[in-house]
Amino acid sequence: MRFAVVVNEGPYTHQASDSALNFVRAALDKGHEIFRVFFYHDGVNNGTRLTVPPQDDRNLQRAWSELALTKNLDLVVCIAAAQRRGVLDAKEAKRQGKDSDNIAPGFRISGLGQLIEAGIQADRLVTFGD
Amino acid sequence: MADNPKKKFLYVNRKAPYGTIYALESLEVVLIGAAFEQDVALAFLDDGVFQIAEGQNATGIGMKTFAKTYRALGDEVRKLYVERESLSERGLSLEDLMPIVYEDENEDYVQKPSIHLVDRAELARLIGDSDVVLSF
Amino acid sequence: MSTLHTVNKSPYERFAFASCLAHIAPGDALLMLEDGVLGARRGGAFAKRFAEAGGAAAVYAIGPDLEARGVKREDVAEGVEIVGYDGFVDLVAHHARVCAWL
Repeated sequence: MRFAVVVNEGPYTHQASDSALNFVRAALDKGHEIFRVFFYHDGVNNGTRLTVPPQDDRNLQRAWSELALTKNLDLVVCIAAAQRRGVLDAKEAKRQGKDSDNIAPGFRISGLGQLIEAGIQADRLVTFGD
Repeated sequence: MADNPKKKFLYVNRKAPYGTIYALESLEVVLIGAAFEQDVALAFLDDGVFQIAEGQNATGIGMKTFAKTYRALGDEVRKLYVERESLSERGLSLEDLMPIVYEDENEDYVQKPSIHLVDRAELARLIGDSDVVLSF
Repeated sequence: MSTLHTVNKSPYERFAFASCLAHIAPGDALLMLEDGVLGARRGGAFAKRFAEAGGAAAVYAIGPDLEARGVKREDVAEGVEIVGYDGFVDLVAHHARVCAWL
């Protein structure tokens, strides 16, 4: 089956990102397809590469980036939510006149239409939030 | 996208506006979603009923009063289901909600309400009738 | 065509759990995850609802979330089936849609 996953909260403060990661891994292990993981609201904060979590704990951003790259996942950070919260790629940073970008590898910034499209194209949509 | 049959999207709104961003950002999804021409319905239950309460003014708290955007939904999204029990438990009635209407092109553009009061059991049925449930 | 309802907050903290229970249809399933699993404790206020729901809706809790919170198998209310993330995936596939009560 083809799944779409929505992550509504940022890393660490809520368990949402962890639960989503565990779900995605289990789905892939069972041979399902993950059509897209869409990060909305504070979920966009999963996509910054500037986090430095404690060494003895999991690194959520790195876990998502690695999963994206090894399993060819489409991780989309919503542009509107990202602009509000300061998650930018190089193109956005330039466009908005910011002195830096911070998007993590494996994530891409795109519009809310990607969420709707995921709902249309996937067989199931699962939401992790607060 | 033209190849896929229309899916029924249900937006579940259960949180009050302003204290958190969920009401505003879910509305933003609805507005963008309109372009995809799916079968869209919004459900307002629990504290979500406050999202469409009349008389909102967020000036004093320094925020944008985005309530009027729901009125603009009128023609795009004609199915705003409001749970009766959620209203009465909060001391609200239909009269406390914003008048949200659409113009029916099949009936000489007469104005009709987009808000439909439903009871809890009916709302449960609506969930069961949808293809995709979006929660915020 | 049934619905999988998910609840991730404790019923003692949030109304989401109770609201979910009020909207479940026969044939649906309820999955407790994260802090939602606290509702699965034997002797808790919601425990008897599960035995009652047993016929109408299947009730599940994520094992690793129970374990994280120190809830042992014998502490879980009757009528609640413990599943892993693989079971979660199966539930999503089995039911027609997922309704998250956040």
